[in-house]
Amino acid sequence: MSVLVVAEHDGASLKSATLNTLGAAARLGGELHVLVAGASCGAAAAAAGQVAGVSKVLQAEAAHYADQGAENLAALVLAQAGAYTHIVLPATSFGKNLAPRVAARLDVAQISDIVSVLAADTFVRPIYAGNALATVKSGDAVKVITVRTTAFEVAGQGGTAAIAAIAPGPDLGLSRCVGRELTKSARPELAAAKIVVSGGRGMGSAENYSRLLDPLADKLNAALGASRAAVDAGYAPNDYQVGQTGKIVAPQLYLAIGISGAIQHLAGMKDAKVIVAVNKDPDAPIFQVADYGLVGDLFELVPQLAAELG
Amino acid sequence: MRVLVAVKRVVDYNVKVRVKADGTGVDLANVKMSMNPFDEIACEEAVRLKEAGIATEVVAVCCGAAACQETLRSAMAMGADRGVLVESDADLQPLAVAKLLQAVANKEAPQLVLLGKQAIDDDSNQVGQMLASLMGWPQATFASKVVLGGGVATVTREIDGGLETLELKLPAVVTSDLRLNEPRYATLPNIMKAKKKPLGILKPSDLGVDVSPRLATLTVAEPPRRAAGVRVPDVKQLVDKLRNEAKVLP
Repeated sequence: MSVLVVAEHDGASLKSATLNTLGAAARLGGELHVLVAGASCGAAAAAAGQVAGVSKVLQAEAAHYADQGAENLAALVLAQAGAYTHIVLPATSFGKNLAPRVAARLDVAQISDIVSVLAADTFVRPIYAGNALATVKSGDAVKVITVRTTAFEVAGQGGTAAIAAIAPGPDLGLSRCVGRELTKSARPELAAAKIVVSGGRGMGSAENYSRLLDPLADKLNAALGASRAAVDAGYAPNDYQVGQTGKIVAPQLYLAIGISGAIQHLAGMKDAKVIVAVNKDPDAPIFQVADYGLVGDLFELVPQLAAELG
Repeated sequence: MRVLVAVKRVVDYNVKVRVKADGTGVDLANVKMSMNPFDEIACEEAVRLKEAGIATEVVAVCCGAAACQETLRSAMAMGADRGVLVESDADLQPLAVAKLLQAVANKEAPQLVLLGKQAIDDDSNQVGQMLASLMGWPQATFASKVVLGGGVATVTREIDGGLETLELKLPAVVTSDLRLNEPRYATLPNIMKAKKKPLGILKPSDLGVDVSPRLATLTVAEPPRRAAGVRVPDVKQLVDKLRNEAKVLP
């Protein structure tokens, strides 16, 4: 048994999703290695070496890994794959983009979005927007896995793994990144935040969304989220979307403001520890999953809530 | 240029699925089936490329049981020129579908393959990437904008934290996210016309593809239910409960 985790990082540090993925990988047992590939990723590789349980870090540096394109990275992972029984990535846009490219070339099934490890070949994963949980067993020699990061604790610190430089692969030249527009925010990362304040169609406008929710999120040091309806209506950026096809979150506290609670939205947040719903419609489905429901006009209640939190 | 668009027949997104009592799967008897919503978006994009004079032919392909002909007719009613069904009653898993699409792509030689980013039944999010990998082509997943020209596809992708724009050499694979476009409703005349469009049927064995499943589903269970919560009358009590009962606020 030997496990390779492909790290998601920004060159300087590991993304928190990588730490959850390492937490899941540790459940598999066996030796645990981490691959860190980038244009300049020494600091991220060093950080990977300090994670508890990691016994070796493979570091590959080349200019053509700068944009983390799936084509070049998949080739690099495949060049290392022979030594491993499991290749594990986070089920983030990075991991979802890359993992199937690796699995297809290895001629093995990918097990997507696992929420539990029952054995080295048996996993639980949600299907139908989380309305069912399937237990699946892989018969393939190599298991390529993506991990639902909210389902696993982050791996601890205290490792002292050696960092080995490996030869980068060639630039396949199939694609190049010509631009990135990242949402700049001082708030916690949505997928890893302890508290999430989410707005829905009930917000009515982009202006209302920020006027009402920004102060509340500030008071709570919360990340901001949104329902698909709110994103489609332009109230919030697309990367705020919580749901089956957006971000999956499991914070300590999730505040659903003006969100009706479509199945697809519930799929993204129903594993929150405590759910609060504020909605003027007492029959909104969100109240069926909410621990605390407050029926009323969010335009009055949200400012009151922000004030009450002092 | 020819554009291939892959579509899947899935449980309609409005249906609340139920897990079978014996834990072998979800109950699909008498449940409404539709085209996977992300594939509808992919199909719409392909048809728009044809309407813009960029694509010359749009070929819809579906892998699955005979009933998938309906899904292909829906794609043709939206504007696809013809359909290809790879007919199989087997449990077609993502790797098998990617291999079938690879075989179809080798026959049809498209410059672009469009697919939905994930199917809303198994939520795997794999087939587009696997197909691109098997073909040795570039990919752009989670696309919210696609521009073709000069032998490249310029694709804006929805990624964690924002947007990214990639330039791909053609041929390429693109998978659609929600905001790529809003699919049209097929009009009655177009639904009638679609019935006369050509629909070819192949078997996996015709394509030389082994579709044996690689993952065995041992059980399918209901997720744990959340206990019903309480209504609170006002903000003061809500904050009190969050602080003193749930203890999630300081």
